[in-house]
Amino acid sequence: MNKVQNNKAWFLVLPVFALVAFSAIIPIMTVVNYSVQDIFDQNNAYFVGAEWYREMLSSPRLLDSLLRQFGFSFAVLAIQIPLGIGVALMMPAKGRMAAVWLIIVAIPLLIPWNVVGTIWQVFSREDIGLFGWSINAIGIDYNYASSPIAAWITVVLMDVWHWTSLIALLCYSGLRAIPEAFYQAARIDRASRWAVFRYVQLPRLRSVLIIGVLLRFMDSFMIYTEPFVLTGGGPGNSTTFLSQELTKMAIGQFDLGPAAAFSLIYYLIVLLVCYLFFTIITHQDKVK
Amino acid sequence: MSLELKSVSHVVGAETYLDDISVTLNQGSFNVLLGRTLAGKTTLMRIMAGIEAPTSGSIIMNGVDVTGVPVQQRNISMVYQQFINYPNLTVFENIASPLRLSKVSESEITKRVKETADILQISQFLNRYPLELSGGQQQRTSMARALVKDASLILFDEPLVNLDYKLREELRAELRTIFKERNCIAVYATTEANEALALGGETTLLHEGKLLQNGKSQSVYKFPERIESAKLFSEPPMNLVPGSLTENEITFEGSVHFPIDDSMRQLPKKDYVFGVRPNHLSLSPRDDKDIELSMTVELAEISGSETFIHVYKDGFSLVLQLEGVVDLHINSEISVYLPPNKLFVFDKSGKTVKFPSTAVEV
Amino acid sequence: MAEIHLKSLAHSYSKNPTSASQYAIREMDHIWEDGGAYALLGPSGCGKSTLLNIISGLLSPSEGKVLFDGVEVNNIPPEDRNIAQVFQFPVIYDSMTVFDNLAFPLRNMKVPEVRVNTRVNEIAEVLELEELLSKRAKNLTADEKQKVSMGRGLVRSDVSAILFDEPLTVIDPHLKWKLRRKLKQIHEQFNITMVYVTHDQLEASTFADKIAVMYGGQIVQFGTPRELFERPNHAFVGYFIGSPGMNLVEVERADGGVMFNSIKVPLDNSINAILNESASTNIKIGIRPEFVHVWEEPTDGAFECRLKVVEDLGTYKILSIDLDGVEFKARIEEDAPVPTDKVYISFPEQWLKVYLDEYLVDPTHDALEGA
Repeated sequence: MNKVQNNKAWFLVLPVFALVAFSAIIPIMTVVNYSVQDIFDQNNAYFVGAEWYREMLSSPRLLDSLLRQFGFSFAVLAIQIPLGIGVALMMPAKGRMAAVWLIIVAIPLLIPWNVVGTIWQVFSREDIGLFGWSINAIGIDYNYASSPIAAWITVVLMDVWHWTSLIALLCYSGLRAIPEAFYQAARIDRASRWAVFRYVQLPRLRSVLIIGVLLRFMDSFMIYTEPFVLTGGGPGNSTTFLSQELTKMAIGQFDLGPAAAFSLIYYLIVLLVCYLFFTIITHQDKVK
Repeated sequence: MSLELKSVSHVVGAETYLDDISVTLNQGSFNVLLGRTLAGKTTLMRIMAGIEAPTSGSIIMNGVDVTGVPVQQRNISMVYQQFINYPNLTVFENIASPLRLSKVSESEITKRVKETADILQISQFLNRYPLELSGGQQQRTSMARALVKDASLILFDEPLVNLDYKLREELRAELRTIFKERNCIAVYATTEANEALALGGETTLLHEGKLLQNGKSQSVYKFPERIESAKLFSEPPMNLVPGSLTENEITFEGSVHFPIDDSMRQLPKKDYVFGVRPNHLSLSPRDDKDIELSMTVELAEISGSETFIHVYKDGFSLVLQLEGVVDLHINSEISVYLPPNKLFVFDKSGKTVKFPSTAVEV
Repeated sequence: MAEIHLKSLAHSYSKNPTSASQYAIREMDHIWEDGGAYALLGPSGCGKSTLLNIISGLLSPSEGKVLFDGVEVNNIPPEDRNIAQVFQFPVIYDSMTVFDNLAFPLRNMKVPEVRVNTRVNEIAEVLELEELLSKRAKNLTADEKQKVSMGRGLVRSDVSAILFDEPLTVIDPHLKWKLRRKLKQIHEQFNITMVYVTHDQLEASTFADKIAVMYGGQIVQFGTPRELFERPNHAFVGYFIGSPGMNLVEVERADGGVMFNSIKVPLDNSINAILNESASTNIKIGIRPEFVHVWEEPTDGAFECRLKVVEDLGTYKILSIDLDGVEFKARIEEDAPVPTDKVYISFPEQWLKVYLDEYLVDPTHDALEGA
C-alpha cells in the first residue's frame, strides 16, 4: 500500500539517523577495517586481507566454542519453551491472583544479569549454597567448579530460571487473545484437555512463540555476563561460550585483527540462523 | 463540489484491487457502492478519501487534481463498520474533536455539537462515555462526529452491518432524511442490494475491482446491463436458467419449450441465459400469454409479509416470491406462471440483450 | 431427539438481585418440542444468547430448572447434554483439515475409524463439502467455515438438539440464502430439534416453524411466523416483525372508539367494553403497512392524507403518509399505481389491532390477553 508521502517528516528523523550513524554504523565500519589488518599498535598496521578470517574459521579453539555455544542455545531453548508454555497455562486468566502471579513470574527478568550470575554462584556452592548442598546431601557428587557436567547443568539451570518468564509472559498474553467461543466449542466437541491444548491453544500461540524463540535464540547465542560470573568459563574452558572467547581475544590478548574478524563472523552466524528460521516459518505460512 | 475519478487503478504486487474505474459524483448526491466482500469498495473509498494513492489514474475535486494530496488536507470524514470513538472522551468531546483541530471558537463548537447531536438523536448522551452506550448509539456518535465537520465528502464503510436488523432500518431512514438537506457528497458502501434500493440516490456496482454499472439506484436495478449486475443487484437472487431461442420457440435447459414472445423475435437464434425475478412468477395466470410450468415444491419459506417457494423440475430450479402467507407442502406438484414479457435475456458474453418490456424508465 | 422444558427459569448475573431490571432472563416457563425448528428472536440485549447458553449448559441458571425429556440437566455439563452449538463467528480448528475437523468430535469419543470415515463423508455430502475435505480449514471462506462448524454438530449421531447463535452474521448476503435453505433441508432430513437465535426477523421466519420473540428478558409471544405476523400479541412483536414493522399510534378513548389528534377511529363494541374496564391510558392502535388500504379516490370510511415520500424497493414500494400529523407507512406492489399528492387510507377492521398496556385486546377471550 503506498501511503501518500509527507516529506517534511524526514527532517524529524534526521537526528536519529545521525545518532545511529555515530553510535552504530561508524563503529561497525571500524571493526570491518580492523578485521582486514594486522595491528601491532596504533601506528603499525598492515593490510592482510582475508587472512584473519581464514585463521578464525579453521581455529579448533573457536570451532569448539561454537559447538559449545550451539549446544547451550539448543539445550536452553528445549527446556525454556515447553516450560514457559506450561507456566503460562497454569497462570490464572483474571482476578486479583492474576496480577499477583504476573509480578511473581516477572521478577527473574528484572534482576541485573551479573547479579543473576552471583546468585547462582552462591546458590550452587556445595558448601554454603542451598541447592549445591542439598544435592550433595542426597548423595550426588556435585561441584560446578571441578566437574564440567555440573558446570553445564548449573549454567543451563541458571538461564532457564532467568529467562523462562519471558516465554511465559509472551504465551500468557497470546492465550488471553483466544476468544471464549473456541473453548466452548471444544467443550461441546468433548475434547480432552490435551486436545484443547494441541488444537486450540498451540496453533494460536504460534506467532507469539516465533517471537519468543527468535529472541531467546539470539540472546542465548550472545550470552556473556551470567556464565562469566558463575563459572568464569571453567572448569578449564568447558563453559567458555563464543562471546567470552571473543572478549578474551580482543581485550585479554589485544589481538584486534582476529577479534574483529571473529566478531563479524559471529554476527553473521546469528543473522544467518535467524534468517533461515524466519524464512522457513513464513514460507510454511505461505504454502498453507 | 464534484468528485471525479479518472481511470483509477490500484495494483499491489500480484493483486489488482481496482481496475480502471471512472466515475463522477455530483454535489449533494447520495452514492451507494454495492458489491460483495473484497470487491474493492473499501479500497475505492480510501482512494477517494486520500488515505491511499492509486497506482494509476487521477482524482479530481472541483476541477483540481488532488491525486497526491494526503487526507489531512482534504475536507472529508469517514464512518467505519466498527463503532470507532475515542473511549476516554465523552460523547460531547468526541463529536467536538474534529472542530477542535480546526480551531473553531468554543461557542461555535457547542452550538454545532448540540445541533448535530439533535439530528442524530443522541442529545441525552452528551455527558456519557461511548463504551457505556449501546451499539446503535455508539454508531450514531461516530456519525455525528463525521457530520459536524461539514465535510464536502462523507464516506460510510458498511456502517450498519454490526447493528440489529430493526436498528438498521431506522438508521437508514434517518440517513436519507439527514442527507436530503445537505450539499456534500455522500458515499455509502454495502453488500446488501436492499440497502441500495432503500437508500435511493445513485448506485455504483463493483465486482472484483471493476465498475459494472453506475446510475440512479432504481434504474440500475431495473436495467442491469450485464448478468453480473443482475446477480449482484437483486435480493432475493434473480432466477437464471440457461436456454435457447429458435424460430418459434424458447427452450429452457433443453427440456421445457414454449412459443416465442413477440418481443424476442428480432433476437438472433442461439443460446442465451434467461432471467426472471422471483416476484414476477405467480401461482395463477395474470394474462393468457403466461407460460405455464409444472414444477415440484422443494421448500416453502414463510416470512409473514411474503413467502418464498423453491421449486424444481427437470434439471432447473426457480424461486417464487409471493405476497402474504402461502402454505404449500413439500413435493406437491404445482403450476407456476411466467409472463414472457418479464424475461431478461442475457447472451453468452453476459450482456443483457433484452429487458422486461413492462419496465418503465425511472 | 429431545424435548426441552424450561421450568420457572430465571437468570441474574448479580448475586442477590433485588429488582426485575437485574435479571437477564425473567421468570419463564417454556417447552421446546421434540424435533421442531425454533427461532429465538429479539433485539440486542434481550437475553436470547443468555437463554441459549443456559440450554446448552455453558451457563448455569441462577433460578429454575432445565429439563431434557423430563430429566433435570442443570448440573450436567454441555459435553454430556448431547447438544451441539454453532457460534456467531466460525469456530474451527485451524491446524486440521476439513476432514479432521469433522472427525474431531467422533475421535474424542473413541469411535472406530471406519465409522468415522463413513459418517464424515455422509455429512460432508449433505453440506456440499466433499471437495474441501482435504483442504486445511484455515484457508476456507467464511461460509465454508460455518458449514464445517455445523458439520461438527451434525456428525455426532447422539446429538438431540443443535443450537445456533446468530450463525449467519459473517456471511455475505448472497450466500445467506443458500445456507438458510441448507439449514432447513438439514432439519427436514435429520429431524433434530433446532433452536436458532437471531435479531433478523426474516431469517427467523424463513427458518423456524415457531418463533419465540424475546423482549426485556421475557418471551412475549411464541407462535408460527404467520401468527406473529397476522396477530401480534404484544406491541413489540408488531413493531419488530415485518419490514417495515407495524404502524403503532398512541390513542385516547373516544366515543365509539379511540382517537388521536383530530382523527376518530371507530372500534367494535366488544373492544370498547374491554377498554372501558381498565383505567390505564396506555392504549395504542396498530396496523401493518401491508394491510393499510390505499385508495386513489375519496372513499367511505377512508381518511384523507398527504403523501410524503415514496420509496421504491424493487419488488414493492413503501408510501410514507401523513394523517393529521401522524406518519403511517403503507406497502404497495411493484406495479401498483402511485398516488401523487392526496391519498386516502382506511384500516380494515380485521387487521386493525388494539393494544392496552402493550398487550393485544382480543374480545374472543374472556380476559385480557397475556403472555
